[in-house]
Amino acid sequence: MCLAIPARIVELDRDNAVVDAMGNRWRAKTTLLPEAKLGDLVLMHAGFAISLVDEEEARETWQLLAEIADFDQTPNKISG
Amino acid sequence: MLERINKAQGLMDAACKKMGRQINIMEVCGTHTVAIFRSGIKSNLPKQMKLLSGPGCPVCVTDQGYIDIVLQLADRDDLLIATYGDMIRVPGKGGSLETKQTKANIKVVLSSEDALQLAKDNPDKTIVFIAVGFETTAPATAVVVKEAAEENIKNFCILSGHKLVVPAMRALLSEKNNNIDGFLCPGHVSVIIGFGAFAEIVEDFDRPCVVAGFEPLQIIEGLGEICRQLSAGKPELKSIYTAVVTEKGNTAAQKIIDECFEPVDGLWRGLGKIKKSTLQLKDKYSQFDAFKRFDITETPVEDTSGCRCGEVLSGLIEPPQCALFEKSCTPQAPVGPCMVSSEGACAAWFKYGRKRQK
Amino acid sequence: MGTTKNDKILLAHGGGGQLMDELIRHHILPHFKNDILDELADSAKLNLASGSISFTTDSYVVKPLFFNGGDIGKLAVCGTINDLAVAGSRPAALALSLIIEDGFEFELLDKILASISKAAKESDVNIVTGDVKTVESGAADKIFINTAGIGEKLAGVDLGFNKITAGDKIIINGTIGDHGMTIISQREGIKFQSQCTAWPSPLQSDCAALSGLICELLENTNGIKFMRDPTRGGLAATLNEVSRASNLSIEIREVDIPVKPTVQAAADMLGFDVLNIANEGKFVAVVSPESADDCLSICKKHPLGKEAKIIGEVVQTRDVPVVELITKIGGRRIVQMPYGRELPRIC
Repeated sequence: MCLAIPARIVELDRDNAVVDAMGNRWRAKTTLLPEAKLGDLVLMHAGFAISLVDEEEARETWQLLAEIADFDQTPNKISG
Repeated sequence: MLERINKAQGLMDAACKKMGRQINIMEVCGTHTVAIFRSGIKSNLPKQMKLLSGPGCPVCVTDQGYIDIVLQLADRDDLLIATYGDMIRVPGKGGSLETKQTKANIKVVLSSEDALQLAKDNPDKTIVFIAVGFETTAPATAVVVKEAAEENIKNFCILSGHKLVVPAMRALLSEKNNNIDGFLCPGHVSVIIGFGAFAEIVEDFDRPCVVAGFEPLQIIEGLGEICRQLSAGKPELKSIYTAVVTEKGNTAAQKIIDECFEPVDGLWRGLGKIKKSTLQLKDKYSQFDAFKRFDITETPVEDTSGCRCGEVLSGLIEPPQCALFEKSCTPQAPVGPCMVSSEGACAAWFKYGRKRQK
Repeated sequence: MGTTKNDKILLAHGGGGQLMDELIRHHILPHFKNDILDELADSAKLNLASGSISFTTDSYVVKPLFFNGGDIGKLAVCGTINDLAVAGSRPAALALSLIIEDGFEFELLDKILASISKAAKESDVNIVTGDVKTVESGAADKIFINTAGIGEKLAGVDLGFNKITAGDKIIINGTIGDHGMTIISQREGIKFQSQCTAWPSPLQSDCAALSGLICELLENTNGIKFMRDPTRGGLAATLNEVSRASNLSIEIREVDIPVKPTVQAAADMLGFDVLNIANEGKFVAVVSPESADDCLSICKKHPLGKEAKIIGEVVQTRDVPVVELITKIGGRRIVQMPYGRELPRIC
């Protein structure tokens, strides 16, 4: 019942963050994830980071192209 | 990936063979319903395996009485209704928020923070935040309630429709005629409450509970694991959404829910009253409770339309079994929320499942 | 440029008098120098070689007026040119109507006019006639534009739903969802900005005039049966229209539909389906199987078709015509006609 996608924290000031999802930047809050740090991959829901995302697992689960070192440049890949 | 899909399908086939009858697995989560349809998984399942849509679409399970209250509030010029997009098209007395949107006092927000910001930007209006959603979304509401209290924002309140998943699952399993063999448990609710929260379903009701994410492979492997357990005759609690789900969940989020809300008995569409299944603001924050501020109570509404959303939500029927499906109830002219909600089973069937060619 | 002392449009600028004359001569005309328009006659006289004419009109009310990759002016020209091109015509002339709100800044108007001029020049089409009206503040959401276009049908080209048969291939000239997601991202209330990080493409509208590429295709191949530009309602709407009108079904493959990852991520975040999102620089072509490879290779050599793909085919209908998507895991699901309004969702 909940749309949530992984994104990386690219700016962080107390619990105000900016996250990046494949180049899109969104304002987000980390109030529910006090342990979040700059550079962390987090799961975003309704403007809040609700979980840290394990990078290795993320690669597997979401086939995150941006995080894979040797990512395939094919523009055809559709996620989700 | 193909290897893993085949392995999971093998487990499903094996379970169907072993059980020798139809296997019914309930996907509790509306997002799973949509994901299952959109990824085309349903078209590849064994014939004896049925996926039941459960009460996991927060808009769908919201009682008609709540919807009518929202529409009543939308008629007031001194209020600004802040809502997630999901609620806009749900029909009720006098139309829907969409048909009322010409009044310009209805704003779609992406975050509870946006709703609070509306209150700060519009001091002459009272903002009512339509707070629906399960445990995944409730913490976001709690955060802004706390913020509103700390900053003493008087023109903000929430109409809490937040519901809890486990009590609903228990209520379903307590129905004598339920035919649920196992549960595909909601991935993102589990992020908050921890997969451990489903242990009581396994222990008390002997049903496999597997938490999975929403990518197609996750869902397929989740179903495969449930089937493996059914074949083995040993229901277990398992999570395969290891990227983000832990046994304990997000304790900071749980804490803030607990600080602001308490579970009370609540009305669920189709399931009736379920004990301690709805979140109500605690007395400490009652000034932000729209029910109290406007002195309204949610009362059950008698539905004479013939809508069978309730049975769809309990997994008792599939949408095409409702006489209204496709005929008088379509996404363009929905009778019940299951057809209008982006996660509703009826909408998913209509959009993705009808008249498929094999 | 002008002798107006004001920096904003006034109602009087639409009044038919001195101010309007100044507006036209000093702000509008300089952008569109051509013999026909310079006459400022009530109607433009055109001499067209072909007896077979296409005629189209469209109104543009986009908000925001300026967005990454274009603006309302560029859109107004490209949109109408594209409608002519997909009908198998070479655009010959455009009419331009402006409805401008009292208080609209001249600086912005000039930018939009420059954009219109540039887009028209790039497609070798003249604005031959026009109109300007002013309305009270608030009545036109800053500015509304209407363009009408005339095109000459290309010889030997006859496109139509009735030409489509089972087995025909479906080609798109590039990535989908770019325009719609760019607009949505800049709309008030949804505040996110797309930036170039390690990723090659930020959100940008694909707004472009396709007449050059389309005419090249039509003149160098003979298997194109039908074309349409998937604007509002996206690819889903266009394919459903084709399916319904031809009474045939369509199968498309998810793995072959080009989508920029940044666009997909933006859509995922909001709960949108990219198939339903508007495009302004794309066409869908239904072509005979024998000509598909040629069409594809012509597209790929053109700047507006580098990412062209064959995304599916037309198939016989079983009971009712449907558009079906073969998903990346090999499953199937129906692609419905979109409701007409994408709403962001949380749950």
